[in-house]
Amino acid sequence: MAAVFLSILVITGCAGGASKEITIDGSSTVFPIAEIVAEEFRKEKPGVQIPIGISGTGGGFKRFVNGETDISGASRAMKDSEREEAVENGIEFTEFTIAYDGLSVVMHPTNDFATCLTVDELKKIWQPESELDNWSQVREGFPDKPLRLYGPDTDSGTFDYFTKAINGKEDSSRSDYTASSDDNVLVQGVSGDQASMGYFGFAYYTFNKDSLNILSVDDGSGCVTPSLETINDGSYKPLSRPMFIYVNNASLENEDTKNFITYFLKNAGELSELVGYVGLPEEDYLSQLNLIN
Amino acid sequence: MDHISIQAEIRIGMNDISTRTKIQGSSHSVRIWRDRVFVAGFVMAVLIGIAGLFALMLDVLIDGLPFLDFQFLTNYSSWEPHKAGILGPLGGTLWIVGLTALFTIPIGVGTAIYLEEFASKSRLNRLIELNIANLAGVPSVIYGLLGLAMFVQFLFNGSRNVTAGALTMTLLVLPIVVIASQEAIRAVPSSYRDAAYAMGANRWQVVKSVVLPQAMPGMMSGIILALSRAIGESAPILIISSLVVVAFIPTSPDSAFTVLPLQIFTWIGHQNPEFRGIAAAAIVVLLIVLLSMNGVAIWIRNKYQSRPEQ
Repeated sequence: MAAVFLSILVITGCAGGASKEITIDGSSTVFPIAEIVAEEFRKEKPGVQIPIGISGTGGGFKRFVNGETDISGASRAMKDSEREEAVENGIEFTEFTIAYDGLSVVMHPTNDFATCLTVDELKKIWQPESELDNWSQVREGFPDKPLRLYGPDTDSGTFDYFTKAINGKEDSSRSDYTASSDDNVLVQGVSGDQASMGYFGFAYYTFNKDSLNILSVDDGSGCVTPSLETINDGSYKPLSRPMFIYVNNASLENEDTKNFITYFLKNAGELSELVGYVGLPEEDYLSQLNLIN
Repeated sequence: MDHISIQAEIRIGMNDISTRTKIQGSSHSVRIWRDRVFVAGFVMAVLIGIAGLFALMLDVLIDGLPFLDFQFLTNYSSWEPHKAGILGPLGGTLWIVGLTALFTIPIGVGTAIYLEEFASKSRLNRLIELNIANLAGVPSVIYGLLGLAMFVQFLFNGSRNVTAGALTMTLLVLPIVVIASQEAIRAVPSSYRDAAYAMGANRWQVVKSVVLPQAMPGMMSGIILALSRAIGESAPILIISSLVVVAFIPTSPDSAFTVLPLQIFTWIGHQNPEFRGIAAAAIVVLLIVLLSMNGVAIWIRNKYQSRPEQ
């Protein structure tokens, strides 16, 4: 028996040439872009191994500042506390903006009255001391229907960004909502509950358009619905946000990693739109290429 | 039937008059009816379990079969559903099972032999046995956290490699292997040992030439069942590996890796709902691997049990 397993080990051990891995971890929002770029890169350089994890923006940074990963995906910029930790551990890194996301607020498809809310109304729902549990409390004239909330958990960069943009202060949010680090759980929750409201990255809305209603947001200059155009030109405010990858400078010394980042910047614009995100203007990618050459 | 019930009544009549009157109180047809009700109840109990399993398999097969082809086994994961395959996690799973077997079998069987054949029945040894039984009931995620602290952080300095995963799985399945091996050893008749001792064999010779060959089938089926548990576990590996896309087969014991249950978990959570079907196809593959391992365990047991004992 042991011999059988040993031979399996030997067989699998022989397959493929040894090469250093480029480890990516971090935001589940950035994951789809990392996944598609890594896969396309693999077609050009089959020998390079790029394992990807999804520990969330915060969870990914915890590993990154310890030097455990080469690249960390983030749906918010690195916090000062995380920078300090990196400095303490002697980790130097470079930040790259790779695409834009429109944080999407969604409801059950049968909800036909809430089509557009103002930032203040969203704040009224999500702020820490909020006890709203009925749509009629959100705006006068809304029907008397219960309101149940779904959102990402506190380790998520999406949570950090939404709370800052809507409630004015990072991480300040009511806590009596259904929280998950898995955006798909939120999609299932919102699409299965007539009283629902939730928020997550635009890609998850793109792939589930039929089972969700999307909310337009009024930032004082009229209602804007998130779409490739409104996210790209910045008119979808205040929930459009940049997405980043952070690369360990020591890893950039490695030729494979450098090639991968170059490929990433050259192709992220086109590839990110295939998975539901919005690319940057061409020149923004080109200027970032200078950072590594 | 009549013959038996009359006999029974006679016996009851001799022992206990009151019981006899109670049974006589219910008529013959009521007793037959009651018998049928209970049989029907037990059959129902069996069917509920089987029906649940059957419905689950059917559901998974319907969702997964359209995606299940040879390419599914030979492709790496992909962002495009129709190109996605399970080669990476399949390779990772084989590594985990292989290394786990390598670590578990000598340690587990060795522990069982020591406890059954060499250890005195002291209080300390009884305490060890009790604790091994308790370890078998610890939730698997606890082993994942233990593995993260002990193997990943301490032993491998933050490297989440396939050896750390296998060592964690070893901790998880070791109690099962020890207990199964102990039972197999205990089932060897002591007369065999006595005969060997009588011929001048020492303890180790008795273990090596008499006890182990006799206990082997029982041990083997225990080991295989333990390893199939290691294949199906996702919680500890989620903590140890934390990787969801691995487009390569691990090449060395310090390679990064992922396993089938983790890949299934990721695909179910993918932003593209089409991946639900891919996940179902992966579940079918996982079930086939598990069922064939269990089948081998049953085959080994039957093959050796049918051999005449005396």
